[in-house]
Amino acid sequence: MNGTAALTGKTTALTGAAIVDAFASAGVEFVVALPDIVTCEGVLWPISSDDRFRLVMVCKEDEGVSICSALSYANRRAVLLIQHTGFLDSVNAIRAMCTDYGLPVVMAVGLQGMEPDLAPAQSRHAGIRMLEPIIDAMQIGYTILDEHSTGDEIVSRIERAYAEPAPFVFLIPRSPL
Amino acid sequence: MTMRRDRALEVLAKHYPDGIVVPVYQSAFDWMAIRPHPLNYLCTGAMGQASSHALGLALGCPGERVVVLDGDGSLLMNLGTLVTIGHHSPVNLWHFVFQNGIYEVNGRFPVPGRRDVDFATMARAAGYPRTYAFDDLALFEDSISEVLAGDGPVLVNLDVEEGEAYPRDYVRIHSAQERESFKHALEERL
Repeated sequence: MNGTAALTGKTTALTGAAIVDAFASAGVEFVVALPDIVTCEGVLWPISSDDRFRLVMVCKEDEGVSICSALSYANRRAVLLIQHTGFLDSVNAIRAMCTDYGLPVVMAVGLQGMEPDLAPAQSRHAGIRMLEPIIDAMQIGYTILDEHSTGDEIVSRIERAYAEPAPFVFLIPRSPL
Repeated sequence: MTMRRDRALEVLAKHYPDGIVVPVYQSAFDWMAIRPHPLNYLCTGAMGQASSHALGLALGCPGERVVVLDGDGSLLMNLGTLVTIGHHSPVNLWHFVFQNGIYEVNGRFPVPGRRDVDFATMARAAGYPRTYAFDDLALFEDSISEVLAGDGPVLVNLDVEEGEAYPRDYVRIHSAQERESFKHALEERL
């Protein structure tokens, strides 16, 4: 777990292009998504025109948890790209597929409304502040993509998730442009 | 009119003996007895999610037909799935809805809308190119070959009542053994 990094600045050093390339390098074929303001411009829009991926738009985030779970049975790699509110709304599906079944569901979760000078655990927004304790309680591994993060780390985390298998969450506090 | 769910499942099993099936709740318990098979995907985990699992399987296994046996209460919990499936329009997905108007395994309490919800019309409006609705077993049996022919996605609403009281083996549908069995069978199939 990596939840206490001090965060400064308004963007991550990691660019959207680096994140997208990391997904591709990790063998991700499917990006299952519902737009999130943090990642929409830097990640989702580029993916929508990138023929390395099949983009599967969903109406609600828990659909995406199930789609990614089922894809894993067919040995097809996916990333679920959502907002933290969608994560909270999908807790029962995540509990079933990730905590109970241990399926390799990889989530990239934008922290909409995250203050630029705070860590998620210090956010004034309850939905952001409670996210890490909830993920911990669900026994799911996660990391915060901050100024120290690299594309290689993303690749490694995804590779490990599918090798173990185990779910994993990337928390994205700033817009990666 | 209405038909017994187990009789309808027996018709489906006769015409679809060997492919991937994602059944839920009492349909799952019936199906496990009527068509036991390692390609039964029993572990959908959370109520309402069966059709989303089926969509994932359909996208991940484009050469395989995927059948989901949904319930009306379950589908009402995830209605956006109709639009998601209609939008992506997988040609290998068949969506059966067993409409009994109640939450059968949760005390038989009525679902909102009871039996009046028109899922076939909803699905067509959401982008399913073909939909059917049956409340008569003989008519369903006469039509099943047509239903299963051609491309999906197809939604089939069946107006049903309870049939044989097959045992509700929740331990099995959530078991690691079932998940491993399905994964192994799918790997062999692909």
